[in-house]
Amino acid sequence: MPTAQASQSAKQETEPTAPAAANPGAGAFGRRMQAVGQSVARKEAPNKVTGRARYRGDVTPVGTLTACIVPSGHAHAQLVRVDVDSARRMPGVVAILTGEDTDLLCGEVLEDRPPLARGTVRYHGEPVALVIAHGEAEARAAARRVAIQYAALPLVATVEAAVASDAPLIHPALGTYTRAQPPVVPQAHTNIADHAKVRRGNPTEGWAASDVVVAGHYSVPQVDHAAMETRSARVEILHDGRVIVQSTTQAPFEVQKLLAKSFQLQQGQVIVDVPLVGGAFGGKAAVQLEVLAYLASRAVGGRPVQVVNSREEDMATSPVGIGLVADVKLGATRDGQLQVADLTFLLDTGAYTDSTPRVARAICSECTGPYRVEHVRCDAYTVYTNHTYATAFRGFGHFPLTFAIERTMDRLAQALGMDPVALRRKNLIGPGDQTPTRMVLTRSTLGDPQACLDRAATLLGGPAAEATGSHTVRARGLALFWKTSSSPPNAISGAVVTFNQDGSVNLSTGTVEVGAGTKTTSAQIVAEQLGIDVEQVHIHTHINTKVDPEHWKTVASMSTFMAGRAVMEAAEDAKAQLKSVAAIALKCAPGDLSVAQGRVFLTADPNIYVTFSDVAHGYSYPGGDAVGGQIIGRGSYIMRHLTLLDEATGEGHPGPSFTVGAQGVEIDLDRRTWRYRVVRAVTVVDAGRVINPAGARAMLQGGMCMGIGLATREGVLYDRDGQRLNSQLRSYKVMRAGEQPDAYGVEFVETPQIDAPFGARALGEHGLLAMPAAVAAAVSHAIGQPVDHLPITPESLWQLSRTAAAQ
Amino acid sequence: MQRIKPGRAEHLITVNGEQRRVSLRPADTLLYTLRDELGLTGAKPGCENGDCGACTVLVDDVPMKSCLLLTMELVDESRPRQIETVEALDRAAVQEQFLRHWAFQCGYCTSGFLMLAEGLCRQRPDADASEMLDWMRSNICRCTSYAELIHAVADTLQRSAREGAEPAHP
Ligand code: FES
Ligand code: FES
Repeated sequence: MPTAQASQSAKQETEPTAPAAANPGAGAFGRRMQAVGQSVARKEAPNKVTGRARYRGDVTPVGTLTACIVPSGHAHAQLVRVDVDSARRMPGVVAILTGEDTDLLCGEVLEDRPPLARGTVRYHGEPVALVIAHGEAEARAAARRVAIQYAALPLVATVEAAVASDAPLIHPALGTYTRAQPPVVPQAHTNIADHAKVRRGNPTEGWAASDVVVAGHYSVPQVDHAAMETRSARVEILHDGRVIVQSTTQAPFEVQKLLAKSFQLQQGQVIVDVPLVGGAFGGKAAVQLEVLAYLASRAVGGRPVQVVNSREEDMATSPVGIGLVADVKLGATRDGQLQVADLTFLLDTGAYTDSTPRVARAICSECTGPYRVEHVRCDAYTVYTNHTYATAFRGFGHFPLTFAIERTMDRLAQALGMDPVALRRKNLIGPGDQTPTRMVLTRSTLGDPQACLDRAATLLGGPAAEATGSHTVRARGLALFWKTSSSPPNAISGAVVTFNQDGSVNLSTGTVEVGAGTKTTSAQIVAEQLGIDVEQVHIHTHINTKVDPEHWKTVASMSTFMAGRAVMEAAEDAKAQLKSVAAIALKCAPGDLSVAQGRVFLTADPNIYVTFSDVAHGYSYPGGDAVGGQIIGRGSYIMRHLTLLDEATGEGHPGPSFTVGAQGVEIDLDRRTWRYRVVRAVTVVDAGRVINPAGARAMLQGGMCMGIGLATREGVLYDRDGQRLNSQLRSYKVMRAGEQPDAYGVEFVETPQIDAPFGARALGEHGLLAMPAAVAAAVSHAIGQPVDHLPITPESLWQLSRTAAAQ
Repeated sequence: MQRIKPGRAEHLITVNGEQRRVSLRPADTLLYTLRDELGLTGAKPGCENGDCGACTVLVDDVPMKSCLLLTMELVDESRPRQIETVEALDRAAVQEQFLRHWAFQCGYCTSGFLMLAEGLCRQRPDADASEMLDWMRSNICRCTSYAELIHAVADTLQRSAREGAEPAHP
């Protein structure tokens, strides 16, 4: 057993790095980093390139039954009769459930959604019945035999139609629904499920002070998350009362709480296990299939049952991303100083609300874009339609919001005859300014939007548009984004670090690995804090609510901040314990000791030390007797100083900090065919501190590519009867190889957020936020007309040109 | 609990160089057989109708979407075919390049892209950029920007061209 004495005989000592300060932000500055700031390969990478990475669908125990959803064939109808008799007699069928079997209502914010339609169907694809059979083939064959009789109800096809005074009601009982997570303000006897607002300053004064007023009307369709792994869930109810859930969720602890609440269980009885997730983008934060799988298992005596979405079900039955219609009016002085903003957003939540009221409040929080505006009126309505129900999509409402704001800023620049970059620079929000919800900004909470804007403008270069041939144009467009977390004010995250006997550590957090590399980032933070190699930090790739501490949800790019804070605290806790055991071994006070490079040493003389393995599982004296025990570090974080937005004014503190950035694209457009291609895309983002440069760059580029897809082709389509037209990957177009820009430029500004781990800001979804706005700006420059509706297809441009010609 | 298996029969197929006895329904896709009968879960279902390529495997060195093949067509009794899945790749050049270029995030599309690239290297080691892109358009990745995947595949091709040899076989 090496001891202090043994260590003195060691021949060569390298000077250990100075220990990190206990203050989480402080380590960022001036200290040489070993793990943080390095492009560490993701921990699970070797398994991902060998087919050995395990996802939910890769391990299904023999004996698991399969439940298939029978979808509604109508978008809005009364269910006259659901006849399951002949399906029930099909081979292999064990049970069939319909809406009559449960009166449960689900909903993250407002409980408005029956897991199986009861009495009424409200979107095409809504689950009407659930067929449970021994195998998928049997279940699907029987599902086709379920005979449903409908009586059509009038269709509500758009948000505009939904808010008309004579609109048919989609939820006549709206006023009676339970509000699960206020604030939510339903308007009974309308299709408005929620009304969120901002009232700041005095708009009348603002309009009076404005020399120039511009207004725009914008629309962004519902979009599909289209994660390559479809959603699925498996549930088994054991006789000891435990409920074992395995699912593709981004929010295992939400699943746990929701099942416990819905079925009167203790939370500890519900055990949610989540392996690697094959992409999520917000779509897997909604809880849907888990409830169906629970109902199915309960119906067959608790046997394990899985519900696995086909691609068509994943697109038409499970929630899509929220659509948006916006009216934005801005007023400014002649020299371009913004005075007032007036904004109305209609959010297309489809048939049910899910998280849309929370998205509406996130939109309110940042409704002006990253600009200083004294007077603001903003109304965001969550509107029911007979569309597929909607939930959060990567960016939590910020890509449509950014589209609406940035398009209006371009309009204003044109009306003023000002350069769009100069107009933005003039109005940038800064430290000391207030956000629309009256949060007073600091350099730390805001970051440096101007540095992002200036650098992106330089990278993009060139004029707004230039002819490159008789009918070809090269054009450029630029847009800014900002975003905070809009998380619940009491969101929590925890971490546990346990030591192995050899001095390596195990790290347990509640974040799900959806592809963002969050587990690796956490391992880097632990390695940095303990001064060990990332290789010596072992992560749980699966998360399990029974053993892993809670992390609110793996959303809002909050893992590095929240889990990171918990991880830092756990590492500090472990260090304190290491020191107290080492103090006994080294016959000194814990305060005399430092920790680095896998050793605990006398600060005054690093040659006197013990290694982690000497003390990780207790320190043994030469005689064999021992002190101490296993080192187990714990860390826990809860959001601080966040508040819910006030119902009347929107005043509140929605997140710990902002991530700001600027994005630009260069396009080549052919005026004969209206075809265009994004040839170059740039992003400059204030990352605070980049923990994993290659990982961060890859994540942002991926977001940029998705953002170009949203700008150029993506959108959920319905026919006249509200039937989904594109619920396959051949009809719902996503980007494919070769359609991406020839060059991506990603650069970072690093303005530390002082309460964040190593100063690192939220970074994840941001790559896509301003891409659609930037593409629209470039296309508008190329054709000399504003382009205000997504997606921007050659056909839409051709139509626009014809309308313009007719005028 | 007995699964109901109408019309099942046993057949031999050759996967990753091993002859395997599998129980088949006539309607079983190769993707289903690989995953549910043989536990080779590297190939993934993403759409099960040919749109996404997450299920791509090699059949006689040619990338195929295993969700569109009936296993019955590939049984040794008719014409023996060599089926290769990602599990057969062992430190192949293409795997190293995927790691080097961060060519994946969630990893769900990765097996399919790897087998597509491996097939490209075997079939068309001299493929130029446009041919390479033509091949790569058959698969979808929702996480990366494609630039990472394209660099990885281009570097694998270049390396195999430079070495003038067959890319690493399992
Ligand atoms: S699963 Fe075979 S192509 Fe998508
Ligand atoms: S890495 Fe997620 S789909 Fe390609």
